This record gives sequence, C-alpha cells and structure tokens, in this order.
Amino acid sequence: MPLSKNSQSLPAVFGSGVLRITICSLLLMIDIESYTLLLNQVLEMTEQKAFLGVPLTRPKVAFFELSSCEGCQLQLLNNEATLLDFLSLVEIVRFREGMKEAGDDYEIAFVEGSITRMDEEELLRVIRSQARIVVALGSCACFGGVNQLKNRFNDLEWVKKEVYGSFPIETQEVKPISAVIKVDLEIYGCPIKKEEVERIVTALVLGEQVHHPQYPVCMECKARENICLFDLGEPCLGPVTRAGCAAWCPSNRLGCWGCRGPAPEANLAQLQIIMEERGVSRERMIDRLECFGGFAGFVAEVKGKKGESI
Amino acid sequence: MLFKVFPAAELIRLFELLAADRIVGPVKKGEDRYGRSLYDFDVVHDFSDLHLDYEQTIHSAKNYFLPYREDLCTFTFQDDGSGDGGDWHKEVDYGVYAPLVLFGLHPCDINALNKLDKVLLGGRYPNPFYGEKRANMFIVGHSCSPQPFCFCKSMGTDSAIRGFDLFLTRMDDLYFAEILSPRAFHLLEQIDCHDPDSSEHRHYMDIMEARESLFIAHVDTSDLTKILDLEFQASVWEEWGQKCLSCGTCAQVCPTCYCYGVEERVDMDFTRAYKEKQLYSCNLLDFASVAGGHNFRPESHTRLKYRYYHKHRGFVEAFEESLCVGCGRCGQSCLARITVPEVIASVRASKE
Repeated sequence: MPLSKNSQSLPAVFGSGVLRITICSLLLMIDIESYTLLLNQVLEMTEQKAFLGVPLTRPKVAFFELSSCEGCQLQLLNNEATLLDFLSLVEIVRFREGMKEAGDDYEIAFVEGSITRMDEEELLRVIRSQARIVVALGSCACFGGVNQLKNRFNDLEWVKKEVYGSFPIETQEVKPISAVIKVDLEIYGCPIKKEEVERIVTALVLGEQVHHPQYPVCMECKARENICLFDLGEPCLGPVTRAGCAAWCPSNRLGCWGCRGPAPEANLAQLQIIMEERGVSRERMIDRLECFGGFAGFVAEVKGKKGESI
Repeated sequence: MLFKVFPAAELIRLFELLAADRIVGPVKKGEDRYGRSLYDFDVVHDFSDLHLDYEQTIHSAKNYFLPYREDLCTFTFQDDGSGDGGDWHKEVDYGVYAPLVLFGLHPCDINALNKLDKVLLGGRYPNPFYGEKRANMFIVGHSCSPQPFCFCKSMGTDSAIRGFDLFLTRMDDLYFAEILSPRAFHLLEQIDCHDPDSSEHRHYMDIMEARESLFIAHVDTSDLTKILDLEFQASVWEEWGQKCLSCGTCAQVCPTCYCYGVEERVDMDFTRAYKEKQLYSCNLLDFASVAGGHNFRPESHTRLKYRYYHKHRGFVEAFEESLCVGCGRCGQSCLARITVPEVIASVRASKE
C-alpha cells in the first residue's frame, strides 16, 4: 500500500469529510481495504508532532485567491505522493481548491492572485489583520503576473471595452499584493514549484529561516547539463531570473520567461547585450520581460530611455 | 610506460570488454543553430553512441566524481513519544554502487582529475565521497584535436602523463596505446594488438608534432602570480565584472571547480533529515555571505577576480601549478563572452 508511510500523520482536515476530490483520485490508486484501514487510522491519529523532541504546533493555514487562475493552489494538490505529508504539516482552515469549509481563524495566509478590484484590496486588509504571516503565493501575488500585462496599455478603459464589451465590470490597474499590504514571504513562480512550497512550509513549521536561491536559473540549468537555449537560437531569461524552479522550462527546451522575477543583482544591462548580439529584437526581449511583471522596474527604465509607449 | 598498437577496428572489442561496468563517454546531444554537433558525457550503452571524435563536451565529466548535488548523510529519527526526542541514526552513502569507466577523456580532463586528487585526497582530511568514486574508476584517455578556444598548452596540461589507465591516440587505421595500469595491460592482451615498431613510433611522433601547430589560444603564465598581486586594484576587473552575470555557469562546466555549500533538509513527516551538498560558484552573489548577514564580496567584479585568483594565483602558490587546465569550457559557455585568455591578457596589459 503506497500510502502506509503517511497514514500515521493524517490531519484532522482529511478525516472531516473534506478534500473529497483528492480522496477520489487517491481511491484510484489504492484498493478499498487499504482505504478503510487508512480512514480508521485517520480517526485514531494523534495530532502532536515533534522534531528532535521539540513539540511542534501545526499552524492554521488559509488559502485565498484574488484575480488568478488558482493554478498555484492546484499545484499543491497535484502531487499525491507527498500530499498527505504536506497536509499533516499544517491545519488547513480554508482551501477552496480542496475543501468546502472556510474558516477565519488562521495564522498563515497564502494569497494567490493579483489585485484588479477594490474589494480585493479590502479583503487583503482583513487578511493582514488576521494573519501572523502573509505569504504571496505565485507570480500574480508577487508581481501582478500575467494579469499585469494589461498595464502596458495607456488607456485602461479601452482595454476593458476590448475584453468585456459593454458588460458592467469593475477592473483597475493590476497590482501585486505588496502594493496594498505588508508581505512577509514571497513564493515565486507561474505556477509555483510544489517541492519549493513544501520545503518552505516545513521551514515555517520548524521555525527556520526561509532562503530563496540568490542565483539565476543558469546555475540550475547547467546542473541539469542542458544545452544552452541560446546555442539553439532561442532567447532565454535564465541568466537574470531567480532560480528555484530547477530550470523547469529550459529543461524542456523552452526558453525562460522570467516568471520568478529577477535574481538579486541580476545583470540586465548585460542581458540586453546578449540578446542584441544574438539577433533577438528589443521588442521581443521586452515582451518576455513584461510577461509576468517581475521585471517591471527594468522595463520601465528601458522604455523610459527611449521615451516610448505602446 | 608501455606502448601497444592495435587496429582501430579492435576498439569495439575493447569497449565490450569494459562494458560489464558502467561506461561514461562523450555522446552527441544535439546540434546548435549552425549545425555544429554538441557533445556531453553520458552513460554509453552502445558503442556506436560513443563519439571519440568530439571536439569538446559542453560540461566536464564532473557529475561522475563531484556531483552537482549529493546527500552527505541522512538522519533517521525514531521518536518513541517519551518526550526525550527518541533515538536517531546517521547513514553515510558515498554513492558508489558500481565501477565506472570514463572512456574518452581528453588530456585536460585527466589533468583536472590529477589536480582534484591533490586537493581532495592529498590533504589532511581526504574527501571520502570523491575518493570512493576515484578508487572505482577506470580511465581511458583519448587524443584530441586542439580547438581555437583550447589553451591547455599554456597551462601545461596538453598531455597527460599520469592519471589514466589507458591512453589512446588515433593514427589513421591504428590506435597507439599508452598503458599505465596492469588492468589496462591485461585488457589489451585480449584484443589484437602488438608492440609498436620504429615506423609506428615515428608516426606517433609526427602526429604529436602536427597537433602542436593547432594551438591558437594562449595564456602567458610567466610571473602571473606576481602580476595578479600587483594588479589587484586594476580597473580591468571592474570592466569584466560589469559583464559578469554572476550565474555560476563557468564553475558548473569547469572540470576543477570543487567549491560547495551544504544545506540541511527535513522531510515533511519529520522522520528523516539530510545534509545536502551542492556545488557552488564563487561568482554567485551570496558565496561570501556569512552568519550575521555580511557579504564580503557584494560586487560581481570582486567575485570574478577571486575566481581568477584562486585558479591562477592561490592554487599555484599552494601546489606549484594552476588549477585551470585550459579546456576553455567556461569561455565557451559564458553568455557574456568572458574568456580566460582575454581576462588574463587584459590584466597583464593593465598599466596601473
């Protein structure tokens, strides 16, 4: 039975009738007898966890979504091999992708998505007043994500009309959540890398500091012994983008689009030279840098120099 | 040293005799946008995949003796719930499960291993993870054709005189074999080979002489340690630093870069923890960050400079040889086109 290792540490949230979708998919993998055994163990489970004799408390965690595809939250459910371990780390009180209940008593709030409406700003302030730790989950929450692409048009009314026609809808300039509230931790990526979230949440539970890689994607790409995409004639933002994704896209021969934002001290001036030398047009480079919003400052600088607007 | 000669067609038999062990050699990984072949070291299952005519691999064979990531030890915790934390066990796995044959290393890469041996095995605290892998390694060297970016001749690593079991030099339809180990000798006994005659000696000498003329790139290493000391404040370092992406690519492809960081990782169910080693690069932003948050080398030019100082000055003073083998991989992989011959030449030309 593949799940026996995890069954001792099943969380209450699992037994309380939630996460039905997940249970259904798990059922496909295990037989009914094992499933019954699993449920019995859930009921008998002890909640107290400890590491090296030090008792640990399972923080109450809530997931919220602003304007987004909720793909980052879905990522968390996407790895059934470690899902139960992950759920045993924390006590989830709100998680729309996996449960019906929605509690308001939480210590850690994971917020996915960017701000495109006033009510989202108000919701964020409520979250901030309630949560001890606010985590920006994914590129939308960190930088505005794909949503912020509309910001590059000067006339947002025109954008609204193009997209929604005469349908009455409120939509404003896209902002990352840090534009409205203080964010304690950012988890980058579109989508987030589940392994990275697991590592970060484990660190939070243990009370350890959370470290993000300080180097660009190239470091991880080379460790996977990939062929450099520039050698294949494909532009790539790997040299300036923060690592941590294990060079996910370049390993699949897709040039990096910078979803994790710039690495600290990223050498963007040299990136321009690299692109130029290899015949990648400035427009194409800016398109890429603009895609997820992480490089907004640099793009504004480059455009400002030329005094242009789209 | 013993010499033998065998027909090139016999090479497949040599390969098959070694194939009981895991063979790693140069294989073709693809073509770049100009149609040039790209090679890397990988496990070779079929003799026809072995491309001994490779110019240079993108990466060194480092992953097979200094893996990019490696667990140094694993801790298992058994908490009996008594409140004292319970029992724990530590396991160390050197990661060697089968002998390895490195088939087709060029002299630069063999010399790289010789240099790593000095640091990682020769000191007071030998590195058992590296040592175990080295002890279970059979090395077949292969002659190369110097490329425009190769500067091994300047570094004195253009030929290997030790650090291999067998070294093969292609001479038209023949292989000229240099033998350094009993196992290599007994292997050759099992294929069709003979002692070289004087005309074959001559042929070998001619080939080596012709190879000499192919070296284009040079690094002037005379008095280099002193010059580096004198030019510590030279502005050329800042110029190179402006280009540097601090991405670590040069160190990742380098056959001798051995610096690393260690991180601890705990499983989500708290029953296991690991100490994981990751090869790091002195060009990375936080390489010289210390507890408390101070970074001794926050500027990219300082980090780049110290990479050169380690390779071409510090190591020379400690071991009387450079840590650079002149394989040229760092320059080939650097998107900012920072190459060792150009950096050293610019420092030498500095008039400050």
